[in-house]
Amino acid sequence: MSSTMPRGAAAAGPLARVGEALERPGVLGAVMLAPAVIYVVFFVAVPFVMAILLSLSDATAGDPTLDNFVGLDNFVAVMQQEAFWTALWNSLIITVCTVALIVVLATIAVEFLAREFRGKRLVQVLFMMPWAMPVSLAAITWLWLLDSQFSPIDWILVRIGVLGPDGILGPARHLYYLGRTNLGMASVIFIDTWRTLPLATIIVLAGRLSIPRERLEQAQIDGAGFFRTLFRIVIPALAPVLIVAILFTALLVIGEISSVELLTRGGPGHSTQILPLWAYEKGIESGDLGQGAAVALFLFPVLLAAAIVALRFASRLHKD
Amino acid sequence: MAVLQTRALEKHFGRIRAVNGIDLQSEDGELLAILGPSGSGKSTLMRMVAGLEEPTAGDILVDGKSIVGVPPKRRNVAMVFQSFALYPHMSVRENIRFPLVARKVPANEQQRKLDWVTGILDIGDLLERRPTRLSGGQMQRVALARALVRDPELFVFDEPLSSLDAQIRSQARGELRELHDRTQITTLYVTHDQLEALGLADRVAVIHEGGIQQLGTPRELYDNPGNLFVAGFIGDPPMNLLDLGESIVGVRPEHLLAADDWGREEIALELDVEIEHLEFLGAEWLIYGAVRGGIPEHQRDPRVIARLRTAEPPSFTTGERRQFVVRKANARWFDPASGERTQAPAGAAA
Repeated sequence: MSSTMPRGAAAAGPLARVGEALERPGVLGAVMLAPAVIYVVFFVAVPFVMAILLSLSDATAGDPTLDNFVGLDNFVAVMQQEAFWTALWNSLIITVCTVALIVVLATIAVEFLAREFRGKRLVQVLFMMPWAMPVSLAAITWLWLLDSQFSPIDWILVRIGVLGPDGILGPARHLYYLGRTNLGMASVIFIDTWRTLPLATIIVLAGRLSIPRERLEQAQIDGAGFFRTLFRIVIPALAPVLIVAILFTALLVIGEISSVELLTRGGPGHSTQILPLWAYEKGIESGDLGQGAAVALFLFPVLLAAAIVALRFASRLHKD
Repeated sequence: MAVLQTRALEKHFGRIRAVNGIDLQSEDGELLAILGPSGSGKSTLMRMVAGLEEPTAGDILVDGKSIVGVPPKRRNVAMVFQSFALYPHMSVRENIRFPLVARKVPANEQQRKLDWVTGILDIGDLLERRPTRLSGGQMQRVALARALVRDPELFVFDEPLSSLDAQIRSQARGELRELHDRTQITTLYVTHDQLEALGLADRVAVIHEGGIQQLGTPRELYDNPGNLFVAGFIGDPPMNLLDLGESIVGVRPEHLLAADDWGREEIALELDVEIEHLEFLGAEWLIYGAVRGGIPEHQRDPRVIARLRTAEPPSFTTGERRQFVVRKANARWFDPASGERTQAPAGAAA
């Protein structure tokens, strides 16, 4: 046993030899990186290549072989369906609105959270809740809040006289949030914002806290009020992290399927359909793997380009 | 130009009394240094003058009018931070114009002020640059320009030289004094560096543990320190302080003199010193020694430092014992209990 051996001989033990090997430059780094690389290869790269191959084949759930190359036929077929254009439009609307709301709300929240006040810890915990809550649990809550018959929001609106026979929003006692296209879309945007805001806020808060206090005090002494300090000093300093937050939330929201699936299932009709859900319904539920893959891949070049531009911009701002 | 005055000013942070009753009055157009070690309360005092902290008690007045409760943006006090706090995403021009834009100064007036201030500080060729592309000295001048451009009644400087390289610090000190002489704006200059305070200021307030220890001209502080703290703080090396039992005598290193040159009637104290260590500093020598005789017995022999103002090596070497004397004119006496300056005791004169 190596533990009973004299010191010089201990190096011969198998554990000690592993230890020595790990000390060599390059070895430890490779070992540490390996799990991440393996994960990315198997769960990101392989499915991605599969999706490209599927989108160029006539594979279906009944015949999932890639033996028939059909070129861009799937893309052409998909683009001739009206539901696809609705889904594309809705995806973009939901993402743009959610990200815009999040940028504004995260900046406001960060101004609040960067200050000292009583009960700050509690506020922080409550603020993080939507991000920590399981999606299905959150969806049940929202389904109740937005229910066509039992919505407490409707009830409150009736009580304060906004809704109901004498209200400005008409004689009906219910708004049917998920049963109307515009209200359905608004509900989805609202819930996506609610869920993603904590993540964006954490990212922006890190940037906000790295602004030196002296710079903000200097602005105060120079005569800048709250809004001038916010728009001329704080937000320019936040620009790099805001870009990162926009990128993260945009990618999260545009790929988000659960809020629509759980709330409206794309309905009524296809009016709140979005691309990832449409890809899932096409490819998995209808079994047309080729068309499903084509829908899923549709936004890839756009997203890739947007991500590269945003990251370039952020790193340039950072260097300046 | 303005007169700054504080009355019984206090600032507490929890149980800590950072500023504990400061009464201070500047003269019009004066460069007044606030000198103290770190944690002495000098930064808190400065932040209250600038409006970044509210006093717990007491009053701050500019030209006799209280500014307590007035937000910083409505005080006419300009401040230069230690880090200069330039806005990194704005050009030098935008940095300097920022206080004018924030105060809604008309555009033609802004241009006039910008031209005036860039002329004074000689930064005309830097205007289009970003602060990240400036050297430390240039950053300081831009920060000064931004402070000066709004015609403040009062300047507050927070260690403005300490983030500069040592080589350009003395030059920057000269430029700062020159700027003050040209503009005549009452200036509060906060520093822990006595060289800056003594070399630059009209008067210096030495502050320690939240209170003013002494306020006076640099010469007054050096020649006649008001208490043991000031005696031990001002001067490099500081005053030798020797405990004689009933009183403490303070002697500047350059006032420890060779015994043979002076008549008995002039001498206040005679010391038997064993030379321990000699230090050559170019224009002078420092002599470190232990006092073996001439003062009451102690458990440990007190150390003294003497200064020899010549580049020539001294006539003695390490290990030798020498007689040093202190002239009556050079001895300063302190009360051991209170630490305050006293008159020469009757016994010591004999």
